Amino acid sequence: MSTIKSRLRREKIAKILMQLAGIGITGSLFLIIGIILFKGLPYLTWDMISQTPQGGFYIGKEGGILNAILGSFYLAGLSTILACLIGLPIAIYLNAYVDQTSTLARVSKLLFDILFGIPSIVYGAIAFSIMITLGIRASLLGGVITITLLTIPIVVRTLDELLKTIPLDLKNTTTSLGATRWQTAQILLKYIKPGLFTALLLAFGRAIGDVAGVLLTTGFSDNLPLYLDEPAATLPLAIFFQLSSPIPEVQGRAYASALILTFIILIIVICTHILASRQKKHRL
Amino acid sequence: MHTYTSLATKETQTVTQMQLPHIQIKDLNVHIEGKHILKNINLAIPNNSITSIIGPSGCGKTTLLKTLNRLMDDSKNVKINGSVLVNGEDIYAKDAEVTHIRKKMGLLSQRPFPLPMSIFENITYGPRIHGQRDKTVLKEIVETQLKNVGLWEEVKDRLHHSATTLSIGQQQRLCLARGLAVQPEIILGDESTSALDPISTQTIENLLIDLKSEYTIVLVTHILRQARRVSDYIIFVYNGEIIEFGKTEDILLNPQNEITKQYVKGFIS
Amino acid sequence: MRLRILKDLWIRHTFRILLLLTLSMVVFIGIGLFIKSLPLLKDQNLFTILSGSTWSPLKGQFGFLPFITGTVSVTLIALVIAAPLCLLSSIYLVEYASALLKKTVLPLINVLAAIPPVLYGVWGILFVVPLISNYIGPIFGSPNAGYSILSGGIVLAVMIFPIMISIMVEVLETIPPDLKAASLSLGATRWETIQKVILKKARPGIIAAIVLATSRAFGETIAVLMVCGNIPQIPKSLFDAGYPIPALIANNFGEMMSIPHYDAALMFAALLLLTIIFLFNLISRLILNKLEEKA
Repeated sequence: MSTIKSRLRREKIAKILMQLAGIGITGSLFLIIGIILFKGLPYLTWDMISQTPQGGFYIGKEGGILNAILGSFYLAGLSTILACLIGLPIAIYLNAYVDQTSTLARVSKLLFDILFGIPSIVYGAIAFSIMITLGIRASLLGGVITITLLTIPIVVRTLDELLKTIPLDLKNTTTSLGATRWQTAQILLKYIKPGLFTALLLAFGRAIGDVAGVLLTTGFSDNLPLYLDEPAATLPLAIFFQLSSPIPEVQGRAYASALILTFIILIIVICTHILASRQKKHRL
Repeated sequence: MHTYTSLATKETQTVTQMQLPHIQIKDLNVHIEGKHILKNINLAIPNNSITSIIGPSGCGKTTLLKTLNRLMDDSKNVKINGSVLVNGEDIYAKDAEVTHIRKKMGLLSQRPFPLPMSIFENITYGPRIHGQRDKTVLKEIVETQLKNVGLWEEVKDRLHHSATTLSIGQQQRLCLARGLAVQPEIILGDESTSALDPISTQTIENLLIDLKSEYTIVLVTHILRQARRVSDYIIFVYNGEIIEFGKTEDILLNPQNEITKQYVKGFIS
Repeated sequence: MRLRILKDLWIRHTFRILLLLTLSMVVFIGIGLFIKSLPLLKDQNLFTILSGSTWSPLKGQFGFLPFITGTVSVTLIALVIAAPLCLLSSIYLVEYASALLKKTVLPLINVLAAIPPVLYGVWGILFVVPLISNYIGPIFGSPNAGYSILSGGIVLAVMIFPIMISIMVEVLETIPPDLKAASLSLGATRWETIQKVILKKARPGIIAAIVLATSRAFGETIAVLMVCGNIPQIPKSLFDAGYPIPALIANNFGEMMSIPHYDAALMFAALLLLTIIFLFNLISRLILNKLEEKA
C-alpha cells in the first residue's frame, strides 16, 4: 500500500509540471502583448496615426506612421483579394471536379502543404530576383505579388478543410440530380460562404504581419502609398527599420506601430473565433 | 497476529453465512451532460455467478457497467449520486482509492484493445504497475494466465511479438488474461464478443463459464441467446431503469413485466 | 442545355490551369533557385561550400558552415525548450483539463499563432535580450550583450508553441478512450497510463509535430534576425552570436550585387533552406497522413 502512495505522488508531481508548462506557454502570450502595450501606449497619439514621418524615418523626430498604416492595409487588402480570386477556384476545383482518391488530389495536397511551409524570405528572394531581371524596382506592386503568392496556399488550405467537412452525400446527390459539376460547385460555394470570411481574415492576418517577404520587394517610403509602382511602408517594416534607431522618438514610432499591428491582429483573431463558433452552431 | 487470524475467520464466516452480495448498488443516479441516464438503481449482484445486463441499445447498460469500476468518472460532465458497495465498501466514498477499486475488477471491452506492446508485456503490465519486478514471477504469471485462457500453446513461441499480430479472437483472450493477471475479484464484460467470429465467441463464453467458480462476472450483452447461454441472472434495463431482475430462466421464460415480455419476444430491440 | 455544359467545360479548364500553375510554383521556385546558384556551384564544389567556415565574399570565400551551425543551433535550442513544454501542456489539456479550461486555452494559443514574427522580434529585443545579458549570462559567468543564439532560440521556441500544441492535441485526441480504459481498469493511475500507453501509441504523431515545427523554425527569419546578433561565426556557447541562413538572405540580398558570385551564394542559401524545409515537411506530412488514414 505504500507503493500506491508513491505512485499517486508521482502523478501529482507530473500534474504540477504540466500545469507549470501550460502557465509558461499561455504566460508568454500575455508577456508579449503586455510588453507591447506598455511600450506602445505612451506613444499612441492622434498625431502618430494621422501624420507621416517628418525629416526621414530613421532620424526625423516628428510625425507619425500613417504611411505604414495605409501601406499595410493596401498591401494586405490587395494581396488577400488576389489570393482569394486564385485560391477559391482552386479549392472548388479540388473538391467538386477532382476525384478525392486520385493522384492529382493527393499530390496537390502535399504540394500545397509544402507551398504553405516555404518561408516568406524564400518567396521574397525569388520575387526580388525576378524583379531585378525584369527591371522592376522595389514597390508596392512587388510586395503585393509576393504576398499574394504567400497567401494562396493559406486560402486554399482553409477552404479545402472546410469543403472536406461537407458530407459526401450532398455532393453526390446534386450530381445525380443531373447538375453539372459547376452547379454542384455553386452549391458548395453557398455552403462555405461564412468560411470564406474566415479564410479571408486568416490570409489578411498573415499578409499584414509579414516582413521577410516585403523586406526586399517593397522597399520603404516616408510618403503615403499612392502608386503601385512606388516603394511603400508597412507596419512590420516600420517596426523593423525604426526599432534600431538611436533616437527615442523614432523608436517610439516603432512601438506605436507594434501596438497598432497587435490591435489589428487581435481584432482578426477575435473575428475568426466568432465566425468559427457561429458556424459550428449552424451545423448543429 | 492473533487478532489478524480471528478477524479473517470472522469475515469469511459472515460471508458464507449471510451470502453477502458481492456488489450492492444503492440509489444510484447518473446524469451525463444534464441527461438522466440511470434512475434510482438498486441492485445486489451475487458472487460466483454470471449476471447479464440486457436491454435495448441506449438504455444505459454500458453506463451501469462502467459505474461499477468508476470508469464513468473519466467522462466529462458526469454526475453520480448514490453508492456502490463492493464487499460492503462504498467505492464512491470520498476516501476510496480509484486504482485500488479498478484493480479488483477486470474489464473486457467491446473490441479487444491490446496495449501497444508485446504479448508478454501486455500480461505483465498490471502486475508490474502494482510493484511486481521479479522476472521469474512475471514469467510464471504470463504462463498461468495464458494457459487460463487457452492461449499458451498458440503464442508461447512469440511472446515478444507485438500483441497486434494476434487475430481478433486471440486478442480478446489476451485482454482477458491481462485482466486476470492483476488478480481481480470481478470481471466486467461490455459486449465483449460483439467484434468476434462465432468460434471465438464460443471460446470466450466457455472461458467465462469456467471462470465463474472463482470470480463474480457481470456482462452487458444485446444478444438474448448469449444471455441465455452463459448467465445465471439477468437484469433487464429499459430507459435508465431496472425493470426486472431475476434468475435467467425466470426472466426469459416467465417475465413479469409487460416491457420485459415484449423485449424477450423481440418486439423491442 | 448545351450552353450549360459548355460553361461547365470552360470553367473546368480555367480552374485546372489555375491549380496547375500554382502547383508548378514549387517546381519553378526550386529550379529557379538552382539556376541562380549555378555560377557558385560551378566555381566551387558543393562540399567546400557547405563545410567552409570562412564567409568573406570579397575574397570569394563562401563558407556556409557558420550559417548552417547558426540555423541548427538556434533551432535545437528552440526545440529543447518547446518540445517538453508543449508535450506536457498538450497532455494536460487532453487528459486532465476541464472542457472550460480547454475552451479558454486553445483560442489563446491561436492568438499566439497569429502574432506576426516582427512582434516576436520586438518582444525579444525588449525582454529576452536584456534578460539574458543582465541576469542569465552573469549567472553562468559569461557577460554578453544578450544578442545571442540563446535569445534566438527562446524567441523561436515561443513562436513554434502554437503549431506544436495544436498538432499534439489533435494527435492525443485520436487515442481511443477504450485503450485508456483498458490500462485504467488494470489499476494503473492516469499518469502511468499516459506514460506507458498513450505516449507510446501517440509517438509517431508527436514526432511529426516536432518535425513540422522544426521545419517552421528553420525558415523563421525576422524575429530571429532581430535578436541573435548576426555575426558569421560558428557559435561556441549559448551566449555567442549566431547567423542563421534566413537572416543571411534578408540582411544582404540586394546589396553589394557587384561582388562576383555573391548573388549566387545568397540564392544557394535560399535553395539550401528550401531543400531542408521540403524534406522536413515531406516527412512530417507523410507520417500525419498515414495516421489520418488509420484513424
